[in-house]
Amino acid sequence: MSETVISVEHLSKRYQLGVIGTGTFKDDAKVWFAKLRGKPNPLAKIGEEDYGNRDGDILWALRDVDFTVPKGEALGIIGRNGAGKSTLLKILARVTTPTLGHVHVRGRIASLLEVGTGFHPELTGRENIFLNGAIMGMTRAEVTRKLDEIIDFSGVERFIDTPVKRYSSGMYVRLAFAVAAYLEPEILIVDEVLAVGDAEFQKKCLGKMGDVAHEGRTVLFVSHNMNAIEQLCSRCILLKAGQIEEISDNVRGVINNYYSNSFEVNSQGLWTNQENQYVDPNFYPLSFSLVNENNEVINSSVRNDSLISVQITAKIELVDPSLTIGYAIYTEDGELLYWSYQTDADENQWTKIRPGIWRFQSNLPKRMLNEGEYRLELIASLHFRKWLLEPLHSVPTINLSIRGGLSDSALWIIKRPGLLAPVITWETEEILDNEK
Amino acid sequence: MSHSTKSETLSDKWDLDISPQRGWFDLQLGDLWRYRDLVKLFVWRDFVAGYKQTILGPFWYVIQPILSTIVFTIVFGNVAKLSTDGTPPFLFYLAGNTIWGYFAGCFLATSNTFVNNAAIFGKVYFPRLSVPVSVVISNIISFAIRMVVFLVFWVYFLIIGVKLQPNIWILMLPVLLLIMAGLGLGFGIIVSSLTTKYRDLQQLVGFGVQLLMYLSPVIYPVSSVAGIWRVLIYVNPMTPIIEVFRLAFLGTSALNPIWLLYSGGFAVVVMFIGLLLFNHTEASFMDTV
Repeated sequence: MSETVISVEHLSKRYQLGVIGTGTFKDDAKVWFAKLRGKPNPLAKIGEEDYGNRDGDILWALRDVDFTVPKGEALGIIGRNGAGKSTLLKILARVTTPTLGHVHVRGRIASLLEVGTGFHPELTGRENIFLNGAIMGMTRAEVTRKLDEIIDFSGVERFIDTPVKRYSSGMYVRLAFAVAAYLEPEILIVDEVLAVGDAEFQKKCLGKMGDVAHEGRTVLFVSHNMNAIEQLCSRCILLKAGQIEEISDNVRGVINNYYSNSFEVNSQGLWTNQENQYVDPNFYPLSFSLVNENNEVINSSVRNDSLISVQITAKIELVDPSLTIGYAIYTEDGELLYWSYQTDADENQWTKIRPGIWRFQSNLPKRMLNEGEYRLELIASLHFRKWLLEPLHSVPTINLSIRGGLSDSALWIIKRPGLLAPVITWETEEILDNEK
Repeated sequence: MSHSTKSETLSDKWDLDISPQRGWFDLQLGDLWRYRDLVKLFVWRDFVAGYKQTILGPFWYVIQPILSTIVFTIVFGNVAKLSTDGTPPFLFYLAGNTIWGYFAGCFLATSNTFVNNAAIFGKVYFPRLSVPVSVVISNIISFAIRMVVFLVFWVYFLIIGVKLQPNIWILMLPVLLLIMAGLGLGFGIIVSSLTTKYRDLQQLVGFGVQLLMYLSPVIYPVSSVAGIWRVLIYVNPMTPIIEVFRLAFLGTSALNPIWLLYSGGFAVVVMFIGLLLFNHTEASFMDTV
């Protein structure tokens, strides 16, 4: 048995929901003074139960989590949003402290919860390599030694002495990841950072992380990309509501468990903003649904040649010309198929939006999706300025199950391999002798 | 060797123990030393990045004290006709501004450590203290520039024959800086720890420092104050520092330099309280900020 490098014992983290204190001394004093006179909390909203500030709702983001990681293991951590993955990473990264329990670590630990932490826009690429390296715990000598390799890996040699504020976002991320890639810690903790960058770059990152794992260093990897988890990890933890649901060497098995779990909870084609979770005046979503040709919500499997419409209703209070609304569709493995926006047409054809309640509707292409389970996320942004609903960040989600209707052919009636199953027209003609 | 003893010897060798509470006195200053390269880079970044894309660059360090000294000379010297103990008003105010500028700079810049760095503190661990410590050091660079400005005028006044009496107290300058660094850092990290809970403190610090300046002998000599005000000014730990600075370069002071011991003691106490509070806040602030 190889040496244990991380030992997590009875780890728990409690969060106080709602506001901790009121944020200003004046308001704290008001609350305190009212309490003193036996009056109700003057700042509590009407209709809201008065918990007081000290005994507000309590959430256990992690509860009694125990596991150990041997040296050289690549451990994947998966779970739905809010299952406690980020909290676990934050504790391991020493960004926050646990409420109960301990973590023991042997060796240098580096966490990549984000690439490019501490980059200063006014400094050049080269200067930022040193700064970022130091923030991650490298000494100046170490960075100097690896400088050429880092620059080489980043692929931005030509701009290395230009301030990073002039970089494209792609260059920025590449440079930032390059620094992280050469950290060479004994233990590397990686969050969803691979979700950024283009496909080629993601491949490069995954390759680099694979190298790290093969060199006998330990990797903890959190992701929604199940293919990456399966490729990279030798063991996998499934977190559910702050506890370990499953931990096993059978990575495929854990991933399947995750899917059966998550689809059972929400297998519906309708989401409504019941808890008023999203209330942006630019885009206040009311519902997000999949409907059939009779405008009925689709809650069971449908054929891929039937009419499936994505329907979004929303209240627009504040009109912003760059508002883009759409959806992202993922396979059950978490692989993104595509994004689609209401603005995917010539600008002249866009509908001018006024304040009010609007419906946005779009049909899924017929006979394109393969049999399987799909997840659709509602996304919205002020184009290139601000995400209102950012993909993979706890946005409204609905599910779709496709069964049958693959083709009219007698030879194609069961699921074929491949992400998509489009029926594509073929032209077949005989080549006559005299044309030769 | 049995299995259990083996695992015991192993668990003794953990490099890092992440646990719920950290002792009030577990300051982890060794970590700060290990990250000294980061402190150096922060100092350099603050200095370089602060003036990129400005027209005058580091000349701002020169312009600021000269302009405010001119204003002081006109308002307090010519209009209000405050005493300057017989030294040229311009030099008197410049001396006050130069030395006060370091303390004020340290205090103001360290007082928003947590709130300003919340984004980066939320993503990666490094000793949080490296941020305020680097601020105190980078302020020494700007102090050095302002000190050169002061010396230029000082030499000019010496040459034109104004009676100044520079003396051996000049050698105390590093000690003055050290005490001011302690005071600025101490007060700054106390405030930054408290601002994680109460944002209004930030508003307070801005004009608090301004008010404190009027409670320090920056625009008047100690000798011109009497009664209850004199007590207040003596309580202020910055008073001996400013007075000793003037004594060293201008040769005038109504205060026994022994009061520096009081300032030094004050700095040690404030630093200590600051470190404890900062350390305590560091552990939990990500959940409250």
